[in-house]
Amino acid sequence: MAVLALDSLGTARPAQRETAGPDAIPLIRVEAGLRGTVRFENVSKTYRSAAGEVFALDDVCLDIACGAIFGIIGRSGAGKSTLLRTVNRLERPTSGRVLVDGEPIAALGTDGLVALRRRIGMIFQHFNLLSAKTVRQNVALPLTVAGVGKAEIAHRVEEALRLVGLEDKAETYPSRLSGGQKQRVGIARALVSDPEILLCDEATSALDPETTVSILSLLRDINRRLGLTIILITHEMSVIREICTNVVVLEAGRIAESGPVWRVLGTPEHPATRALLAPLTRDLPEDLAGRLTPYPTPGSRAVLRITYSGRTPPDLSTLVAATGGPVHLLQAGIERIQGHAVGHLLIAAAGTEAEVRLRAIGETVERIGYVAADD
Amino acid sequence: MSPQMIDRLWQAAFDTLFMVGVSAAIAFLAGIPLALFLVTSEPGGIFPAPRANRLVGMVVNGFRAVPFIVLLVALIPFTRLVVGTTIGVWAAIVPLAVSATPFFARIAEVSLRQVDPGLIEAAQSIGCRRRHILLHVLLPEALPGIVGGFTITVVSMIGASAVAGAVGAGGLGDVAIRYGYQRFDTTVMSVVIAMLIVLVCLVQIAGDSVVRRLRAR
Repeated sequence: MAVLALDSLGTARPAQRETAGPDAIPLIRVEAGLRGTVRFENVSKTYRSAAGEVFALDDVCLDIACGAIFGIIGRSGAGKSTLLRTVNRLERPTSGRVLVDGEPIAALGTDGLVALRRRIGMIFQHFNLLSAKTVRQNVALPLTVAGVGKAEIAHRVEEALRLVGLEDKAETYPSRLSGGQKQRVGIARALVSDPEILLCDEATSALDPETTVSILSLLRDINRRLGLTIILITHEMSVIREICTNVVVLEAGRIAESGPVWRVLGTPEHPATRALLAPLTRDLPEDLAGRLTPYPTPGSRAVLRITYSGRTPPDLSTLVAATGGPVHLLQAGIERIQGHAVGHLLIAAAGTEAEVRLRAIGETVERIGYVAADD
Repeated sequence: MSPQMIDRLWQAAFDTLFMVGVSAAIAFLAGIPLALFLVTSEPGGIFPAPRANRLVGMVVNGFRAVPFIVLLVALIPFTRLVVGTTIGVWAAIVPLAVSATPFFARIAEVSLRQVDPGLIEAAQSIGCRRRHILLHVLLPEALPGIVGGFTITVVSMIGASAVAGAVGAGGLGDVAIRYGYQRFDTTVMSVVIAMLIVLVCLVQIAGDSVVRRLRAR
């Protein structure tokens, strides 16, 4: 309980997690193990509208481990935003429980809720900075309302601004900042009270691609350095691929698919996942697609797609040996996600045996069709 | 114009400034809490109280519906109760403040409603209590609009104070009616009109410059 009590005052430092070293007493180790975890138990949320009941969330069960970068993806209206907001009780589930650090949050009174929210930072798509306050005042607000002393506030605001690289903008008003800088201020404000969980609500959706990359790498950096759990929602699979360790795909308020990112991206099973992945997947080149024939013609070559979703990257020499003849690489897209090779190769190989032999050495092969020899 | 008339005009200008100044201050101090109540007590607001909200809303509308000249007369017993007299500058301040408060509250309400709900959500997410949201989010964010609305209120109160002058409150309106109108003194009438125009312009310029400074950040 010692660690949790410290947290509720908002004064515990992230270094707390490292106290589970050789000297740490077992009690603290148990608490430390739950710090920064979120658990959803059969969480449902229904809204009453003119058209009847709307299920925003339908029986969601989910465990988020400490230190994870957990992505929640889905199309708009899938319920991601509602799910995220149940973590700091900006939304209350209609049924089911949400546990933060193993503690159910539904029963918390005002004081308990305020203490909980001080342990959970949140950043927003449209930044939600106060226009009447300077960057410094914005970042200081969580501490000001918590009654932290002036000197302590000054010190921690300085530290938070340094972390996001905006020390020189402290006296500026948010309207003078670029989108990326505003989001950095948002991140500093979320981190200034040393939270153990950071909620990101479409944090990069209003930013250009370059800024998105820099904000995502900042988030990854924060996750590594401070060890805090990040839960982010997005509708872009590229964000998930960029920084997440785990992902859950929501579709119409239900979990369509969940797991480590490499597995969900490598072998998507649900149509919703595939649809979300579409912008990242390379289609069959158009000129090739136009000339594919479903049946072999004399001298034609088989077009094969070899899919990778495992730890081992493609071994080219084995592939060539297995095809046993001329082989052309038509298209390739292999990525390394969390140490796993994920993607596919598109090859053209002579003869019908190539496919069989590739299967025999354990490759996942799909025959797309045939092309004439002169391709 | 005789020196007495010039003195009388200066005194009238001072009376008008005093009447409008005091009643505007009352309207400001009473109108802002009223506006905050109207916004936050709505269903789904941060202090939901739907019944009280409807009731207060109706009272505000009631005062807004009564023309100032009628309110002035209708409030006479109340005015006597509060300031002990029904003539003079202080007697005008009561109906002026009573009429301006709901007017200003409605204008301030519009500005408060325009505060992005996302800001309230962000404030909640960082552990703000409800009073912190009033103090750090709603009021500062709506301030430029509130100041703009207060300027409008003061200008319309200058007009209303001239009406109050007609029933013996003193001030520029009083001089204009008694000397300009009833004694056909065109010069006095013109001077009063010019003074009112200058006064209104000064108030507007001051209000605009505050709003500009608030928005510049």
